[in-house]
Amino acid sequence: MSSIDPRINRLNLPENNDGKEVLDELEQWETYEVFHQKKRGDQHVHVGIVHAANPELAIIMAKEAFGRRRQTANLWVVKSSAVTATDYDDQDIFETTPEKTYREASDYYCMDRIRKYQQEHGIKDRKEDRRKKKESV
Amino acid sequence: MYGNAQIDSKDKAKSLTEGEDPIKLAEFEARIIRGEKIEPKDWMPAAYRKQLIRMIEQHAHSEIIGALPEGTWITRAPGFRRKLALMAKVQDEVGHAQLLYSAAETLGKTREDMINDLINGKSKYSNVFNYPAMTWADTAIIAWLIDAGAIINQVTNSKGSYGPYCRALERICSEESFHLKYGHDNVVFLSTGTQQQREMVQDALNRWWTPIMHFHGPPDKVSQHTEVLMRWKVKMASNDDMRYRFLDEYVPKIWDLGLTIPDPKLRKNEETGVWDYTEPDWEEFKRVINGDGPCNKERLQVRRWAEEKGAWVRRALLKAESKYTIPLA
Repeated sequence: MSSIDPRINRLNLPENNDGKEVLDELEQWETYEVFHQKKRGDQHVHVGIVHAANPELAIIMAKEAFGRRRQTANLWVVKSSAVTATDYDDQDIFETTPEKTYREASDYYCMDRIRKYQQEHGIKDRKEDRRKKKESV
Repeated sequence: MYGNAQIDSKDKAKSLTEGEDPIKLAEFEARIIRGEKIEPKDWMPAAYRKQLIRMIEQHAHSEIIGALPEGTWITRAPGFRRKLALMAKVQDEVGHAQLLYSAAETLGKTREDMINDLINGKSKYSNVFNYPAMTWADTAIIAWLIDAGAIINQVTNSKGSYGPYCRALERICSEESFHLKYGHDNVVFLSTGTQQQREMVQDALNRWWTPIMHFHGPPDKVSQHTEVLMRWKVKMASNDDMRYRFLDEYVPKIWDLGLTIPDPKLRKNEETGVWDYTEPDWEEFKRVINGDGPCNKERLQVRRWAEEKGAWVRRALLKAESKYTIPLA
């Protein structure tokens, strides 16, 4: 085979391939899920996967794939097979979460009740002067 | 670096949804209409899975094979800074392949199977990489204009429906912006240089114009098949739409440098806003994509050689107790 690249010419590659499968099952190893922390204090965020033969190599691959071109403080890798996840089909188990307003600060307001009580009992509203001043401006 | 989704005309339009549970299909389509992403473990029509595997896998192969014509020039890049930049670009492309293989893998095809199919010519990759980079100026044209075409495609596809593919594309696009600037810088340097440099870059543009026009694929046939894939947000724009966007943005920039594009018909119709051009030779496109291009054999034989020569390292690291799990996301 002749190429414009002398390095390829030096390989003396055959003109035609023999059609054999080159890779066996698992020859690219297992996958690891990669978690990336941009800077100290940030959360680790899942960014993707790498193929590696062991955790040490997974870290090296993760550094190349996910730490090469952006700010990175720390990486975690974990075997994909070690992760247990919820099923998207069961997403409805989270559905009542936004309905529980008694768990939100914004659901608690009692000023109307305090003012009504103060008026009825002649208690001066200590913020009244400030409020009037603000209104006159 | 990749063109647009190639629709396999042998697939029957009806077969895309045939045999699918109508209730699940309706839920799936409603989710896409709401703008939600589809994730690996979600129910999806078999044709959606098949088309995405084919598309993402071809995209991954294109990144790997695309590194070959440019990689040839690393040792001969003029100057240390350009060598470093080209090495970084080639490394980026190989990294993109890793991200894309992973995205395809979440759909159930192993990386071993994908690489075997590439080496044995069962899977395709972007046709442009079956052409040689004859001079340094060719690498400049590739880095600027082929990457520009790829960015248009990738930005569009990153709005698609499959979560892992969209996430990979977003990461890829942010890295490609350096490739584009680097390529443009090289073309500008040659175009504003000596007479010899100008001729060199003009020759490269002449050689690459047909592959550039081929890049986004032949005009789509209007078919039910295309319609379904667009509804599923697998295919996000027609091939011609992508080509128009490319011409609109880059032809003026090429003309700015006083370069000539080898197509006398090329001009923007001011009334319709549409670009007129000579259709590139689509017979050549078909011939090359089916194996008969100037570099097809070399590309695949080099890939085969790399896998074969690296095999002993991978096998030495293999552990008997390893077992394969499809990645999560």
